[in-house]
Amino acid sequence: MTQQRVISRTSEDEVASEYKWGFETDIEADIAPKGLNEGIVRLISGKKNEPAWLLEWRLRAYRHWLSLGEHQPTWPMLDYPQIDYQDSHYYAAPASYKNQPNSLEEVDPELLAAFDKLGIPLAEREKLAGVAVDAVFDSVSVHTTFKDTLDKLGIIFCSFSEAAQKHPDLVKKYLGSVVPYTDNFYATLNSAVFSDGSFAYIPKGVKCPVPLMTYFRINAADTGQFERTLIIADEGASVSYLEGCTAPMRKSHQLHAAVVELIALDDAEIKYSTLQNWFPGDKEGRGGVFNFVTKRGKCAGRNSKISWTQVETGSAITWKYPSCILQGDNSVGEFYSVALVNNRQQADTGTKMIHIGKNTRSTIISKGISAGHGNGTYRGQVKIMPGAKNARNFTRCDSLLIGDQCGAHTVPYIEVRNPTARVEHEASTSKVSDDQLFYCLQRGISEEDARHMIINGFCRSIFQELPFEFAVEASQLLKVSLEGAVG
Amino acid sequence: MTTSPATVAIDRYRADHEELSRRLAGEAPWLRDLRQQAWAVFQDSGFPTATRGNERWKYTPVGALARTEFGYPFAGPGERIEAERLHHLDPWGPGWTTLFFMDGQFAPHLSFSHITEPGVTVSTLAEAMTREPALVQSHLGRLVDLTLDGFHALNTAFLTDGAVIHIPAGLDVASPIHCAFIASGAAAARSAAVYPRVLAVLGEGARATLVESYIGLAGASCFTDAIVEVSLDRGAKLDHYRLLMESAGSYHVGMTRVRQSAGSSYNATSFARGAALGRHDLHVALDGEGASCDLRGLYVTSGRQHIDHHIDVDHLQPNTRSTQYFKGILAGSSHAVFSGRVLVARGAQKSEAHQTDRNLLLSEGCEIDSKPSLEIYADDVQCTHGATAGSVADEELFYMRARGLDLETATRTLVRGFASEITDAITLAPLRAYLEAWITGSIPELHQGATV
Repeated sequence: MTQQRVISRTSEDEVASEYKWGFETDIEADIAPKGLNEGIVRLISGKKNEPAWLLEWRLRAYRHWLSLGEHQPTWPMLDYPQIDYQDSHYYAAPASYKNQPNSLEEVDPELLAAFDKLGIPLAEREKLAGVAVDAVFDSVSVHTTFKDTLDKLGIIFCSFSEAAQKHPDLVKKYLGSVVPYTDNFYATLNSAVFSDGSFAYIPKGVKCPVPLMTYFRINAADTGQFERTLIIADEGASVSYLEGCTAPMRKSHQLHAAVVELIALDDAEIKYSTLQNWFPGDKEGRGGVFNFVTKRGKCAGRNSKISWTQVETGSAITWKYPSCILQGDNSVGEFYSVALVNNRQQADTGTKMIHIGKNTRSTIISKGISAGHGNGTYRGQVKIMPGAKNARNFTRCDSLLIGDQCGAHTVPYIEVRNPTARVEHEASTSKVSDDQLFYCLQRGISEEDARHMIINGFCRSIFQELPFEFAVEASQLLKVSLEGAVG
Repeated sequence: MTTSPATVAIDRYRADHEELSRRLAGEAPWLRDLRQQAWAVFQDSGFPTATRGNERWKYTPVGALARTEFGYPFAGPGERIEAERLHHLDPWGPGWTTLFFMDGQFAPHLSFSHITEPGVTVSTLAEAMTREPALVQSHLGRLVDLTLDGFHALNTAFLTDGAVIHIPAGLDVASPIHCAFIASGAAAARSAAVYPRVLAVLGEGARATLVESYIGLAGASCFTDAIVEVSLDRGAKLDHYRLLMESAGSYHVGMTRVRQSAGSSYNATSFARGAALGRHDLHVALDGEGASCDLRGLYVTSGRQHIDHHIDVDHLQPNTRSTQYFKGILAGSSHAVFSGRVLVARGAQKSEAHQTDRNLLLSEGCEIDSKPSLEIYADDVQCTHGATAGSVADEELFYMRARGLDLETATRTLVRGFASEITDAITLAPLRAYLEAWITGSIPELHQGATV
């Protein structure tokens, strides 16, 4: 392991963009050399002081990944080059963090300033906003707020690394139980080299009083971020979890391959909300994050519920299908999504609802907005297994096209093996209607405001599902992301 | 060293192809080249047996078909089948023009023409090659991508006879044209592989009705690999009905390729009931402003049947319209697949596309895989799609039972009602009557093992 001082470069002016989260933070980083090999996997595990079984699991994943021969999946409607997996750093940590800080005073002021700029003031938010935040900077978790309150209730909310140390039984029991390391190319990669992420455990009968939040930030150059999140809601527990992400503007692509696993036991409920705003690249498609994420929740218990809400406006490429395995009888899965592509962005995103238990229900509402030269695809699977008596699914996918150079695609897979199931899918594709625009213009609203209003209305059913503070931010994000898109 | 069944099957196709080429020594050089080229492609690709990563064949395994040895029926049925035997099996209408093919061979004693309009060609391919060689050469095979999968190539490699329909500009042919492909089930033609081919060319403003049927007589167990090519010039209109009623042990893979010029309209209705494995792959290219197509279908499956509809509609020009409306009734342990795709190309503004697939599941053990997809590269469009799957609605059953109908009668009535949405739209009266009778006849069979 070389300890390398990263000299902060001046921000890359060529990559001019309205992306206001594109600043870079000048901090010393502890960076692993470029490349991926067994040594790197051991190094990451060693850095984290992980138990032997976890290293073994990583190595199994790494060997499996090697057997896949760098064959990225080709089925998505995404056009991107073969990624050179040896040309990336697989571990980067602020150098001041040999160990996790115990209190906010120990946190590097540069880092705090960085999160302040992002609108995540770690110090104040604890007091004002009432949200417990785990901030992840490059590969490590920086600080988790609100710990005392959570501790009293027995709620564990900490970085994944800390959980592996302090709660190895829980981690060992659930890690890979929803997304096995053999699941897909990127999940396998993540299993080998994941660096950090969040861990949450809500004990039996506890309703988590504050939303839990993780904020992900890629800072170091040529660095992949591979976080791993594991959330377990025990019997009768409930939790709302929020996730936000940004990255600096860079000319080269950054790789992000995360895995999120959710487990809901009997009568438990998990609500997972994401605001994904990784750097999308510039107008010509230079730079931007390649975002390959495997998110899956298992409704393992009876009457459990998992709900995914996502607003995806960032990333050059998004490949993401937050899914629910509805195993427990009467369990419920939901997916609410807004995915926006502008300029040269590409997104292939959707969900899978696998109905296994009796009386399981799922709802999918997806809104896609394509502008500029962007291409957006909804890809979703609803699968009703033979034992899923009286299963229900309702799916609604709408796409909005802005401009004549973009694309919007809908690819649902509906697989029904039980006659008592009822599955409905509907979808539409259109543009902002001239009638609606005319109506607004006639009442003195500017065209830009009118468009924003109409697009907001289009996404309303999703924004309603977001926690209040996220909803406001989401609406703003859409507005900013669509700047310059012609009608 | 043991030889795998698939290798044996391929060897048989190879031997048959060589034998056929020997027998067709005098055929036109371009046709010979086409057949040889297709054979080379087939030898390369084989059957699409890999399901992983193969979206076109994701839900339909053809391994069993690839392993079974089917032979080209050089001898034909070996017995004469009289029209009377076919009357109740195949739809007939007074005034219909009919071309009958028995085990892949033209049956003149069953075929007759009622066409009075001058200049119209409705004939076998062999006859058309002497009457209108230029027309055949300029159209045959032009809409078929041989490399798409082995079935396209295999049909073309064995292309010997078939039907050619040419309606010159401005003619409206009153007599429905019926191409019937019969599997006789005769001992000589058991385990036969047949390769029906139809070429329909309609000139500017021409109009016609085409009925295409595949009928298996008792005991037939064959493999049908069919291709139909339809070319519609400006303003032409074709009503096309397709009936799949092969016998229970048969494999059927059919491809229909349609190219439409400006203002033309293509209305297709398909019925699929018979075949152990049946697949219809329909691709319509709306390649002229204002062209429109209306594609409908009803599939009824039972036992261990597998029926697959693969529909592609390409909107290549502005102001084009398409509708897909398919319904399925599934019983037993059957498996049905619907995959419909709408492509709106960049620049095909003001296009309108609607796509619907509705399925009624009558018993435990049946499976529907429905994949209605949209791929859109133009913004000023109106595209919708929808798919549903479920059993007979409880409220509807309750309504009928509250009025004194027993469960079985109520269900039958609802199933018939579900199907009638497709049959009611048929304007060809003898065909409608035939299909209604056939649906009513199927219902008791569908009910065996029904769980609703």
